Amino acid sequence: MLNIAVCIKQVPDARTVRFDKETGMMIREGVETIINPVDLNALEAALAIKDGHDARIHVLTMGPPSADKALRDALSMGADQAYLLSDRAFAGADTLATTRVLAAALKKIGQMDMVVCGNQSVDGDTAQVGPGLAVRLEMPSVAYVNALELTADTLKCIRMTGHGHDTVLMKTPCLVTVIPSINTPRMPSLKGKMKAKSAGIPVWTANDLGLSMNDIGLAGSPTRVLNTFVRSFEARRERLEGDADAQVAALCERLVAAGVL
Amino acid sequence: MAQVNYFLTEEQQMIVELARKIAIEKILPIRARLDETEEFPWEIMKDLAQSDLFGIYIPEEYGGIGKGCFETCLALEQLSYGCIAVTTTFAASALGGYPIVMFGSDEQKKRYLPDIASGSRLGAFALTEANAGSDAAGIQTSAVEDGDYWVLNGTKQWITSAGDAEIYTVIAMTDRHKGPRGATAFLVEKGDPGFSFGKKEKKMGLRASSTREMVFTDCRIPKDRILGKRGQGFIIALKTLDFARPGIGAIGVGLSQAALDEAVSYAKQRMQFGQYIISFQAIQHMLADMATHTEAARSLVYAVARTIDADSRDIAKISAMAKLFATDVAMRVTTDAVQVLGGYGYMKDYPVEKMMRDAKVLQIYEGTNQIQRNVIGQALNKEYSKV
Ligand SMILES: Cc1cc2nc3c(=O)[nH]c(=O)nc-3n(C[C@H](O)[C@H](O)[C@H](O)COP(=O)(O)OP(=O)(O)OC[C@H]3O[C@@H](n4cnc5c(N)ncnc54)[C@H](O)[C@@H]3O)c2cc1C
Repeated sequence: MLNIAVCIKQVPDARTVRFDKETGMMIREGVETIINPVDLNALEAALAIKDGHDARIHVLTMGPPSADKALRDALSMGADQAYLLSDRAFAGADTLATTRVLAAALKKIGQMDMVVCGNQSVDGDTAQVGPGLAVRLEMPSVAYVNALELTADTLKCIRMTGHGHDTVLMKTPCLVTVIPSINTPRMPSLKGKMKAKSAGIPVWTANDLGLSMNDIGLAGSPTRVLNTFVRSFEARRERLEGDADAQVAALCERLVAAGVL
Repeated sequence: MAQVNYFLTEEQQMIVELARKIAIEKILPIRARLDETEEFPWEIMKDLAQSDLFGIYIPEEYGGIGKGCFETCLALEQLSYGCIAVTTTFAASALGGYPIVMFGSDEQKKRYLPDIASGSRLGAFALTEANAGSDAAGIQTSAVEDGDYWVLNGTKQWITSAGDAEIYTVIAMTDRHKGPRGATAFLVEKGDPGFSFGKKEKKMGLRASSTREMVFTDCRIPKDRILGKRGQGFIIALKTLDFARPGIGAIGVGLSQAALDEAVSYAKQRMQFGQYIISFQAIQHMLADMATHTEAARSLVYAVARTIDADSRDIAKISAMAKLFATDVAMRVTTDAVQVLGGYGYMKDYPVEKMMRDAKVLQIYEGTNQIQRNVIGQALNKEYSKV
């Protein structure tokens, strides 16, 4: 049986997010959380493999206790087992510290044949966790994957590049990060939701994972965020009058003046 | 603000959430295209299959969820928030499934229910003929015994999903001289010899749902395809429709809610005479009636469905009430939604135009609303003569 791990992240739902203009911080109140959208594609990629192979899918997330909901959502789509990595000491982790926690958890779960991650999260947006995790697990990895096919112990990956695509063959165990166009995530099922409701989800702390305080959370994160700010879009509005020709001329004049044309 | 609390269980809440998610994420974005092209919604049927919703009312031992009329109504209502043509396709499969659940032999249940529950094969129900609509007793399709087979001849008309579904409950006359006791129900499969389909009907609304003729020309089916007993055909049809009608009411409720939501949000942003039209009392009163009728319809449908789940005997009257009231409300609410949107409501750029076209069928199929009133009236006559 194959063991496939899927790493997911709970993120604020962009549709409900507002920012405090003064501090540049997100207003947490009234913000709903969802599974990072491309992580659903990662889960779907794993489920699609399970559709054709004897496989067990493990989902894990590092996050606050409330990330339990994201894990149950993943279970309702068909994942077999979930793990919540939660500890106050994990707070403030950058991508390096995050991969240390995920790697430790994966080692604790057991030998994986495949690890699937979303390419990047909508809040952090670095695309570093997948490849970083592969390094810590000493696995080969391919990022930006748009199609996957597993035959015996060889994973064929189509990797999108700026100017086309590469086809990469990789031996398992290995790690891939996927992009949204790889698939359409399936709907949860009623039976899955019922099972997910009562599923036992272990919660692992730094201690459970045998991690040193220097390697995790803020202390284990060399990244320093100097500043965050809210981009404001304050467009100037002007109504152009006259017939179409006059309006086109007026528009061109303004675009030239603005250096756009 | 407080909303009416229907005290759903956690499982019922899950069904609502799941059906709502499918309606919003899968159905709503493509409903206008489906309406335009009249294409069969296979894509969404796949999502519904994946979600286990096809099996809500089917016992667990046959691969279903083992719930009842109420849970089915909850799903139908939410799906209808997206598009009732898609929901009708979903509901038609259940209309094919109910008689098997209620009257099928263990053998038949094992053979058909798991596929209907998983959505891998769709069901359908065929009673109506060209000369037998409300007057179902006038059907001409016949079934004659021939050794180990039944041989069917005749034509069914306006059968939802005909041609796309694979498992059909068909009502045919076996003993015409026995009158209403002379009909029998059969299970016919797509692909059976002598079984073919007519062309797809062009419709005012409900365009993504397929409606076709079914033609039987010496169609031979094995003996064991008889559903229930010989002569039970109309009883099976009536019991099936009694159980299904609250579901049509629920479709009306979901559609009404969708039209109401469109109307209110439009009224809040349309400016005329320097103010939002929702500030006009005429508009407010229309919206208030729409909201109140929708909630009243929901309450009736839920109460009837729960009553049926507690005891499904003698439900013809209450089931007719749920269908009648909620679908008349849907017609009125969708018509008023178009009125609130004015000329924009009449254009295809806004969804209320389709909603109003779609609503009409709810007053016609599964027994016209005149027939529902007949059923209720006859029940009253009977009830009051007992006293
Ligand atoms: C889109 C669509 C899908 C359908 N799907 C199916 C399906 O899957 N399976 C199936 O078997 N059928 C199906 N039908 C058929 C549907 O159930 C019938 O159209 C319906 O029962 C009414 O029959 P009719 O259209 O022949 O109308 P008629 O019976 O001819 O009625 C015409 C008018 O007379 C009224 N009327 C008739 N008799 C009486 C009376 N005794 N008292 C008062 N008024 C009366 C009716 O209310 C109606 O207003 C479908 C119909 C449509 C439009």
